[in-house]
Amino acid sequence: MEPIYLDNNATTRCDPAVVEAMLPFFTEHFGNASSIHAFGSEVGKALKKARSQVQALLGAEHDSEIIFTSCGTESDSTAILSALKAQPERNTVITTNVEHPAILTLCEWLEKEGYIVHKLKVDKKGRIDIDEYKSLLHDRVAIVSVMWANNETGTIFPVEQMAELASAKGIMFHTDAVQAVGKIPIDLKSTKIDMLSLSGHKLHAPKGIGVLYLRRGCRFRPLLRGGHQERGRRAGTENSASIVGLGVACELAMQHMEIENTTVRRLRDKLEAGLLSQITHCFPTGNVANRLPNTSNIAFEYIEGEGILMLLNKVGIAGSSGSACTSGSLEPSHVMRAMGIPYTAAHGTIRFSLSVYNTEAEIDRVIAEVPPIVAQLRKLSPYWSDKGPVANPQEAFAPTYA
Amino acid sequence: MWEYSDKVREHFFNPRNSGPLEEANGIGDVGSIQCGDALRLMLKVEPETEIILDAHFQTFGCGSAIASSSALTEMVKGMTLDEALKVSNQNIADFLDGLPPEKMHCSVMGREALQAAIANYRGEEWSDDHEEGALICKCFAIDAVMIEDVVKANNLNTVEQVTFYTKAGGGCAACHEGIEEILAKVMLERAGPGEVSPPPACPATPEAPRPPSAKLTLVQKIKKIEEVLDSVRPMLQRDHGDVELADVQGKKIYVHLKGACSGCMMEAATLGGIQQKMIEALGELVQVLPSSYMPAEA
Repeated sequence: MEPIYLDNNATTRCDPAVVEAMLPFFTEHFGNASSIHAFGSEVGKALKKARSQVQALLGAEHDSEIIFTSCGTESDSTAILSALKAQPERNTVITTNVEHPAILTLCEWLEKEGYIVHKLKVDKKGRIDIDEYKSLLHDRVAIVSVMWANNETGTIFPVEQMAELASAKGIMFHTDAVQAVGKIPIDLKSTKIDMLSLSGHKLHAPKGIGVLYLRRGCRFRPLLRGGHQERGRRAGTENSASIVGLGVACELAMQHMEIENTTVRRLRDKLEAGLLSQITHCFPTGNVANRLPNTSNIAFEYIEGEGILMLLNKVGIAGSSGSACTSGSLEPSHVMRAMGIPYTAAHGTIRFSLSVYNTEAEIDRVIAEVPPIVAQLRKLSPYWSDKGPVANPQEAFAPTYA
Repeated sequence: MWEYSDKVREHFFNPRNSGPLEEANGIGDVGSIQCGDALRLMLKVEPETEIILDAHFQTFGCGSAIASSSALTEMVKGMTLDEALKVSNQNIADFLDGLPPEKMHCSVMGREALQAAIANYRGEEWSDDHEEGALICKCFAIDAVMIEDVVKANNLNTVEQVTFYTKAGGGCAACHEGIEEILAKVMLERAGPGEVSPPPACPATPEAPRPPSAKLTLVQKIKKIEEVLDSVRPMLQRDHGDVELADVQGKKIYVHLKGACSGCMMEAATLGGIQQKMIEALGELVQVLPSSYMPAEA
């Protein structure tokens, strides 16, 4: 049976058209874009085209606002470290406690280096408190960095409004938009967003290519210094094949935006409704009223996610989990903890993330396969008796911490 | 994703002895819901003989936690309680043809459940000796309090030494920065302000030792080697292992690792730690190798 891939927030398959566009840049168009000869100028032209394709998807005003990097993480680090370097009189970063580790781990390190980091809290549905945010905007803040959409739940943050508020106080605003780009319409020129990170492999381009959008006029300090590539803002010979691939992927994403928000959304809703109606003691996490059209994150109570994933994998279904065990840490997902999801549910969260390549038949099969898997694992659980959870689960089973 | 052995996968997909055991007379509940692993082990013990007639489990946890639980119930059935108490976490891991380093704690949990269930049967109070510090080494579940205590007690200076003493840092190596921070903190306290020089960031090859004023005779050398082995033995024995000198051939010192040390995935780190001490004690560069590396007799 054909495997079903529902882990598109982790990574996506390259679109065949993307691969096809890239191939000549490994062979006949191998030149260095900086060279004066014909080998180089062909590549230079291709990079220019790709830059404009990215510009179009982001709605950026100028193509020079697009800086190619190696990944979303590099873009995030570049943005935040640039803001701190360029404004030495400012020592504070505002972010949220549900960011991707690309931001949070960097911020933890910055705290050790003596910077001040404010992490906005979220409520049970993963929403920030805009009043708390307003109260933190002061003239020692170097940058605000808030994700456009959360990778685990798909919850969308009001980054356009938050950027306006920051801008009014003269504070730079960065958004990690790796999950949002290609899934929801973005028009940067009509916002006050100064910097934005995107990652190619989340939108059917290859891994190893990212973009930092940098608004014209925003003060900047490069992370990598060296050659003059990317106008001196990111040294290092351009990854020309991947840049070309990303350009094509951005164009395809523009064409697919409508499908993403109609067909994909409908399939996601069908999947979620199908599972919630058949399985007791499970619930969707995050802000279901305002989230990415492709993401559903469901907490299955009293069981642990890795077991669910292994059994799903056995029947050819790929998802991901916020459980501790799948990440190699001993704590469940920080996003689930930030929303106050109890441990007995947080460890059993499964994220299904769709793409335009998923079909109705696949979703029907997932709806049929998941309920018996959940039932099978609940049979092994000390919190579960025959038909439902044991009475007073937390008291009935309170193990010694070992 | 983890690389699970076929046996782990088989025990996860077809767990043995799962679900409640009505006639259980010894029950152990261990684990941590916070960490996402918790296990209830139920034993049916025959009072006259103290033989475990039946064992069941219920587990909230990942694939290897369920597989370890299943393996444990299979292993202990038919054992006497005293025999069962000798089952180590390494035995459970071995039964499953090994566990990934990050998952060894699942086998530890199995062993603790067994101890707790037996204590429960015997009417004893069971408590574990878990520290409450921030978790540093996720592979071996070693926390900051434990590392700091060991660094202080033994005057440790390097990550390698910490790994040798505690196992922390001996798996995926992601926590080395965290261990270095603890070392820096303790060394600062030890030295007082303004006197500390950080350890070199790049491990130098052991510095060319000063030639000893008089060259050691072979007997003197072996005596020194035995002294070093005696100094590390208590640590190995704490982990149910031991070490013994096999042979000395020029600059190569061959040792037998025994008990739990033999075949342990920390073998290389253990030997590395012993080698460091040998070099210091003998004042010359030597290599410490497992006896299996000894050249066959010509």
